[in-house]
Amino acid sequence: MRLLLTATGALALSLSPVHAQNFDDPEEFAKQQEQLQAEPNGPEGEPWLQYIGDGMVETADLGVEAPATVCFSNAGVNNPWRVVGFTNMTEELANHDSIEDFVHVDAEGSDDKQIADIDDLLAGGDCDVMIVSPNTTAALTPAVERACEAMPVIVFDRGVNTDCPVTFVHPVGGYGFGIQGAEFVASELDEGADVLMLRILPGVDVLETRYSAGRRILEEAGMNIVGAEFTDGDNAKTKSIVEDYLMRGNIDAVWMDAGATAVAAIEAFEDSGYEIPVFVGEDQQDFLRKWQEEDMTAIAPTYPTYQWRTAIIAAARVIEGEALPGPEWVLPQPAITQENLSDYINPAMPPLHYAMCGCDDMEGYPEAWGGE
Amino acid sequence: MSAADTPAPTRAGFRFERWAPLILLAGAFAIYVIVAVATDQTQYLTLENLIAILARSIALGITAIGQTFVILVASIDLSVASLISATAVLASVVMDGSPAMILPAILAALLLGGLVGLANGLVVSGLKVNPLIATLGMSLIIQGCLSAFVSNFAGSVPPAFQVFAYGEIGMVPVALIFLALLAVTAWGVLRFTKFGSDIYAVGGNEEAARFAGIKTGRIVVASHVICSVCASIAGLYLASRLRSGAPWIGADGVYDLESIAVVVIGGTVLAGGRGGVWGTMAGMLIFSLIDSVFNIAGVDSFAKQVLRGIIIVAAVAFYAIRSKRIVA
Amino acid sequence: MTDQSAAPDRKRRRLPQINPVWVLLAVLIAGIVYMNPGFAEPTGYMNFLKRAAPLAILAAGQVYVITSGGFDLSVGSLITLVVVGASMLTNNDPSATYWVIPLMLAMGLGVGAVNGAIVCFLRVPSLIATLGTMITLNGLAFLWSGGAPRGYLPDTFRFFGRELIRDVPLVRFIPVSVIVLIVVVGLFAWLMHRTNLGRMVHAIGDNPVAARLAGVPVNRVRISAFMLSGLSGAIAGILLGGFAGVSTDVGAGYELEAITAAVLGGAQLLGGRGSVPAALGGALALTAIFTLLNFLGLPQPVRQVVQGLILIAAVALAMHRRKRTGT
Repeated sequence: MRLLLTATGALALSLSPVHAQNFDDPEEFAKQQEQLQAEPNGPEGEPWLQYIGDGMVETADLGVEAPATVCFSNAGVNNPWRVVGFTNMTEELANHDSIEDFVHVDAEGSDDKQIADIDDLLAGGDCDVMIVSPNTTAALTPAVERACEAMPVIVFDRGVNTDCPVTFVHPVGGYGFGIQGAEFVASELDEGADVLMLRILPGVDVLETRYSAGRRILEEAGMNIVGAEFTDGDNAKTKSIVEDYLMRGNIDAVWMDAGATAVAAIEAFEDSGYEIPVFVGEDQQDFLRKWQEEDMTAIAPTYPTYQWRTAIIAAARVIEGEALPGPEWVLPQPAITQENLSDYINPAMPPLHYAMCGCDDMEGYPEAWGGE
Repeated sequence: MSAADTPAPTRAGFRFERWAPLILLAGAFAIYVIVAVATDQTQYLTLENLIAILARSIALGITAIGQTFVILVASIDLSVASLISATAVLASVVMDGSPAMILPAILAALLLGGLVGLANGLVVSGLKVNPLIATLGMSLIIQGCLSAFVSNFAGSVPPAFQVFAYGEIGMVPVALIFLALLAVTAWGVLRFTKFGSDIYAVGGNEEAARFAGIKTGRIVVASHVICSVCASIAGLYLASRLRSGAPWIGADGVYDLESIAVVVIGGTVLAGGRGGVWGTMAGMLIFSLIDSVFNIAGVDSFAKQVLRGIIIVAAVAFYAIRSKRIVA
Repeated sequence: MTDQSAAPDRKRRRLPQINPVWVLLAVLIAGIVYMNPGFAEPTGYMNFLKRAAPLAILAAGQVYVITSGGFDLSVGSLITLVVVGASMLTNNDPSATYWVIPLMLAMGLGVGAVNGAIVCFLRVPSLIATLGTMITLNGLAFLWSGGAPRGYLPDTFRFFGRELIRDVPLVRFIPVSVIVLIVVVGLFAWLMHRTNLGRMVHAIGDNPVAARLAGVPVNRVRISAFMLSGLSGAIAGILLGGFAGVSTDVGAGYELEAITAAVLGGAQLLGGRGSVPAALGGALALTAIFTLLNFLGLPQPVRQVVQGLILIAAVALAMHRRKRTGT
């Protein structure tokens, strides 16, 4: 019994370090705010090749020769964002003759399984370069470290707590996403306006940072945050939550940490007979089209899926022995605004397609992404 | 008397049920070899790789050994996944990087497992709540309490404890040896002790077992305690493997439904009273082999799901189709 | 002495006549109205009914399977498959709705028939059989759509889950889904409690061997029960897709909620006892619990704990009463 008390005590004590695991880091916030404004290096109009900052790493001495086998340990394709990204990746492969074989293993969203997958690849995959899209940062670190000992590794989307990979490809990041949306809301509305914040899940690093940045800016602008609710990314739940809030009071803006359920939230206003307020969504086609049809005041920050292309490009450069941006390859992270909205709308694409895919000029477009 | 009620020890000639798990396992292995050879990836047939396959689903294996006990007494445990998350988080938070806290953390995790098992067992046998509902409710309660405290990876595991998941003796991972020892112990308990034969008796026919003087309630409670303690060991293993605990690792691994599927594929009957640990181990290996086959054949991850569902049904049908009784 | 004790005794025996789920529901509704008087307005309770409709319909179907002695875990994935499939098939064409909806209902019946056949002919216990179909159907939904559905659901399809019928006397408006709810649950209740099928479902759940000896076509009845559950899943999918549009995880978790709702309504797992109206009560009570906790502003973890406790308590109470009344 005493042990149990100690254990519960320890659990309670751990509350502070848990929350201190910092998703509200002013330094990182400031850095990303700056990166959003920065002029990226690299070819204009091809953001998947661009990079912020000057760091480069040489790869000639890594000892990989063309043609080579690239192995990819994927966290999963369990949501439309990852589906679009993975399609970008497979289509990008066609551009690189130096990649002879591409081995893909899918961990279906489980850390444990992804560690086993990487071990399998190391044991018998005949890989020359490995790409890892980690399911979570902390858990995959040891597996990535082991992979680093055997071959060059490229990590993208989420990072790992080690600098052994050749490079870590990612867009500006979660703070940047939160900043873009919240700054737009703050610029459109006066002080004291009612803002509803909708979030998917607690605890996910990339989402927590979006929220903390968004909240910081809204509070600094004197907005009245009427609530912050978790939707589980579920359309029906989102719509119900918004309906409930409308029954209780006024909403001048909706800020979302991910846009997948944006259209359901908009419908809640329509079906309850309210004007659609200022909206922060994401770059999914259904939201963009709704935005245009209803002539909304909105913005779509993005977490671009073109980073999946960049991962393959980085692997190809490693094989060819060319230098590449590193140890972090920070990609630009543009937002879709009223001015460039029409550039990204394509009625031929499926509703859950992410428009900021950088894939419009690729050979398989649009069929490979499910378009007509 | 209790021995007469136990269907397990009857050893009359070739018993299909006894060998079925091995037949399935051999089939799965044959498919693995064929796929590796057919796709010209014979590098997957080395000893190193076979060990990697054996070690692929250790957390699932440990959980399934516990699940075997509750299913043998005709109960079931859906709370293992949340318990795995809870113990992994508890252990990593108590350790918090300090080697001195390893032992207290292990004890705390096992104690938590024991208490949850006790609660499950008492609700099932005392309050007569259907085990599916009782453990589903327990699962919600554990997950809720856990999420109230932590929402991400919490605490950390000192390198000394990571030996559990990453250590190797020769070529063989420590955790694999541990799993084998656990399986042998479980087999010994079921095969040679009074408690073991009581489990089969209670699962086979609770009423008859009670008339035979077995304290059926205690057997059910004890089985639940074993199951939950196994789940907490799996939680410790995952904490060691992931170097920390997070509140979603159990649910993400679907250890509740998968452990049940593994047990049933291993020939243990959901109605209780028949089956055993070796079948469960065969079931675990079948799951690992299927995963590896999918990986080396490069099966699309959606097709994987479709196939996995069909395989579960087909494997269970392989046993069940011969039975004459009505199932529901 | 005897007279005095007899009176409360009789009272006690009469009490179980009311299913406690209705008491629970009444208390919860009272709590919600107290917290938020707006709930007593038509917008309040009609929104509530609209939200509860898919779960209530699912629970009504699930009751058949539970009463017959089984489980149906596949309905959640079936919902996803229906929503994704409908978006693929209608492909933005409003006139496609007229054949897509019947096709989806047929698919629900078909999935149920497959579940039933696996249980009856392959003799796989329904828990495993429907676990298998749950995984398979989910995979099929993804495989069909390639992970991201290709089409929108046209307004004609969404009519059932989204539209309101306005200018109704007394209540001002009625969501179409509430009408669907009344019709479907009415039909399921009639089938269960007024026809031979319902009696046979109870019989095979109570004692399959005796039922077979009494001439009940056990397999046919069991398959019918699964088909009704599948049908309810397809209807729930049509309503959910209508309410909130396309997504790839609409149905996740609904299977356990449906079982919970049925059990709250007093359905006995492993068979022999179950009532469609009570399952409706269970579904409404479960939705009311979520609504109330929401109004109380409690975070998600607390909701889970409360849900778990109520689930265990409800079944423990039912077992306790059953023991006392000796049935």
